[in-house]
Amino acid sequence: MIGLDDVATAGNWLRSVLYSLGLRGLVLDGLLTLIAIFIVANFALANGGLMSFVWRREMAMIQDRRGPNRVGPNGLFQFLADGIKMILKQAMVPRGADRLLFIVTPVIAAFPFVMAYLVIPFSHGGALADINVGVLYLFAITSLAFPSVFLAGWSSNNKYSMLGGMRAIAQLLAFEVPLTMSALGVVLLTGSLSTQAVVLSQHRLWFIVPQAIGAVIFFIAGMAENAAHPFDLPEAESEIVAGYYTEYSGIMFGLFFLAELGTTWTLGAVFATFFLGGWLPLIPGVENIPILGWPLLWFLAKSYLMFGVFTLVRFSMPRFRIDQFLSFGWKFLVPASFVNLAVGAAEVVLTKGFFQP
Amino acid sequence: MTEIKVLPVEAAQGRISLEQDRVARNDLRTQLVQVNIGPHHPSTHGVLHFFVTLDSETVVDLRVIFGYLHRSMEKLFEGRTYVGNVALTDRMDYTASMLNNWGWCLCCEKLAGLEVNERSQCLRTIAGEMSRLSSHLIGTGVFGQDVGILVTSVMWGFNWREEVLQCLDDLSGARMMYNFMRPGGVNQDAPEGWSAKVRKVMDGLPRHIEDFHRLMTINEIFRARTEGVGILSPEDALGFSVTGPTLRGSGVKYDIRRAHPYGIYDELDFDVPIGENGDCFDRYMVRIWEMEQSRRIILQALDRLDATEPGNLGKAPKVFKPPAGDAYAEIEGAKGCLGFYLKSDGGLEPYRGKLRSPSFINLTALPSMVRGWKIADVIAIFGSIDINMGEVDR
Repeated sequence: MIGLDDVATAGNWLRSVLYSLGLRGLVLDGLLTLIAIFIVANFALANGGLMSFVWRREMAMIQDRRGPNRVGPNGLFQFLADGIKMILKQAMVPRGADRLLFIVTPVIAAFPFVMAYLVIPFSHGGALADINVGVLYLFAITSLAFPSVFLAGWSSNNKYSMLGGMRAIAQLLAFEVPLTMSALGVVLLTGSLSTQAVVLSQHRLWFIVPQAIGAVIFFIAGMAENAAHPFDLPEAESEIVAGYYTEYSGIMFGLFFLAELGTTWTLGAVFATFFLGGWLPLIPGVENIPILGWPLLWFLAKSYLMFGVFTLVRFSMPRFRIDQFLSFGWKFLVPASFVNLAVGAAEVVLTKGFFQP
Repeated sequence: MTEIKVLPVEAAQGRISLEQDRVARNDLRTQLVQVNIGPHHPSTHGVLHFFVTLDSETVVDLRVIFGYLHRSMEKLFEGRTYVGNVALTDRMDYTASMLNNWGWCLCCEKLAGLEVNERSQCLRTIAGEMSRLSSHLIGTGVFGQDVGILVTSVMWGFNWREEVLQCLDDLSGARMMYNFMRPGGVNQDAPEGWSAKVRKVMDGLPRHIEDFHRLMTINEIFRARTEGVGILSPEDALGFSVTGPTLRGSGVKYDIRRAHPYGIYDELDFDVPIGENGDCFDRYMVRIWEMEQSRRIILQALDRLDATEPGNLGKAPKVFKPPAGDAYAEIEGAKGCLGFYLKSDGGLEPYRGKLRSPSFINLTALPSMVRGWKIADVIAIFGSIDINMGEVDR
C-alpha cells in the first residue's frame, strides 16, 4: 500500500547528513525539528502569498479580465511586489484606537493558520507532529482567528469595524458547531483523532463517499469559518466598507489578507485530508512510480484544487444577509450535521472495520 | 445638541408599543447607533451620503444627504446656446447620454415647432435605446455587486456595455459624451455598415442576458436577498412621483414612450414590462426585460433606417433661434421620466432651463423603503432604485 515516501526520505537523508557532521542524540533531533519547523512555517507564509496571485488570476478569469500579468512570468511575482509595497507603506493607527490591541491583532490573526500546519499530514510520516488529538487541535487552533477579528473590530474605534466584529462573533458561534460536528463523522469512521490515521483509513474508499453530507456541511461551514465570500459578513465590502479591517493599512492589512488566503488554503488542505484521501494517490497502483507516486504531490494537488473550488464559489455568489445567514447556520446546518453524525455511526456498525487504518 | 426623534423599529412595525420598546431597551442597555454611510463609500454610486440610525443591524431611520456634486446645470444652461447645451446634457446621466441629448432636443423642437425627418428619428431611436441598454447593463451589474456578488456581475455588465458603446462611438465619434443630437435632427449620419454592426451586437444580447439569469436570477441567495425586500407599493410609488423601472417594478404600467409617445415610438411594436410585488427583485427583472424590449425596438428601427436614403438627415437649422415662449418636453429616460422645461426670450440662449431628473425624484422614496430592514438591505434597495449621482446633483 504505502510506496515511496518523499518527505520521510528527505528527512532520513538530512538526518544522515547531520549525523555525518558529528551530531548525535538530542542535538540532532532538535536541529532536525527546527529545520522542519522552519521549512513548514515559511511554506505556510509563502504559500499564503502565492495564493493571492492564484486568487487574483482566477478572479480575473471569472470576471472576463486579465488579472496581474506583468511582474515576473505571467505575473507570478506580483505577490512579492505587493508584499514589499505593504511593508514599505505606513501602517497608521487611528486616533482613539486602542493602540496596543490594534497593533497586536493582525499578528494574532496571522498566527492560527500557520499553527494549523503542525498537524496537516503532507505525506506518510510528513506531518510535523502526528499527535493523537490532531483533529481536536486543528479546530481549536483555527477558531482562534475569530477573536482576533473581534478585537480588530473593537480596537479600531470605528462603527463599521465594530459591526464587522460583532458579526464575526455571531458567525463563529453559529458555524463552529456544524463544522466540528461534520468532522465528527469522519472521526467515528476512523476511530482516532489523529490526522494521519484519518488519511490512512481512507485507503480503500475516500470519506467523501460515505460522508457526503458531512463533506457538504464541512465545505459550507468551513467557508463560513474562513469568512470567505458568500459568508464574508464581517468584512462585507459593499455594506460596511471593509468591516473589521477598515482602519488597517500597510503590513497590518497585509497580515489580515495573508491570514485570510492562508486559511483558505489550509481549509482546502483539511478538506482534502478529511474527505479526499489526503496524500493517497487518486490512481491506484502508482505508489511506486517516482513523481507520480509521491504522496506530497498528491496532497498539494488536492489542496490547490480545493483552493480553486473555494475561489470559484467566492466569485459567483451573492452575499447572505446576517439574519438569513445565522438562521441557515442554526436551523439547517446544525440539524443536518447531527443527521450526518447518525449516518456516520450507522456506517461504523455496517462497515465493520472497512475504514480502519 | 438636539435630540433626533426616531421611531424604534418594532414599534414602527406595530409589534410592540413605544413604552414596551423603551423598557426593553433599558433592560438590555442597548443604544441606537448612528452611522454615516458615505459620502465616500463603495456602494453609494458616487458622492452620496446616508445618515443611518441603527438598532444593532436594523435600520431605524435613514436620511439622504446629497449635493456634494453640485454642478448648477440649470444655471449653466442660461450661459450657452441651445446647441451648445447639448454637450452639457451629456454630462447629466453619463451612463445614458443619448437620452439626455434627446430630451433636450425634443424640448427645443417643441419650442421652435421643428419637425424631424424619418432617418434622423430612426437614428435617435436606435441611439437612445442603446443608451438605455448601456445604462441598464450597468444598473443590473452594479445591483449584483450591491447584493454582494464581488465584482463579477459588474465586470460582465461593463464588458457587454463596451460592445454597445463601440457602436455609439462609431456613430458619434465619442465613447460616452456623444454630443450627437441637434434640435431638428442629428449631428451626422451613421457610417457605412453601421446598421450591420449594430445588428451583430444585438444578436449577442440574449446570450448576455442569459448569463445574467444564470449568475443572479436563479441564484438562491440572490432570491433570498431581493424577494420581498424593500417593497414599494404602487400608491407610495405614485405618491413619491417615482418613475421609470422603479415605478414599473411596483406594477404601475406607465411608460412615457407609450403614455405620451414622442419620436416614432407610437409606430413601433414593443411591450412595457411590469413587476408584481414592487420588491428589489421585480425592479431588477423589469430592467432585464426592458433590455430585451430595447433590443426589439432597435431591430425594428434598424429596418426602417435601412429603408431611408443615406445622408438625408432633414433640415436642422444652422443657427437655432426659437421664438419667445416656453415649452416642456419629457422622454422616458433610462432611470425614469426625464423632463426639460425651457423658456426663451427670442435670443440665442435659453432664458431659463429647468430639469426634472428621475434619479433625484426616485431617490426621495428611499427612506420610506428601508425602515425596518437590515443595513445590508439598505444597499440592496438603494441599488435596485438605480440612480446616477450626475443626475441627482445636476
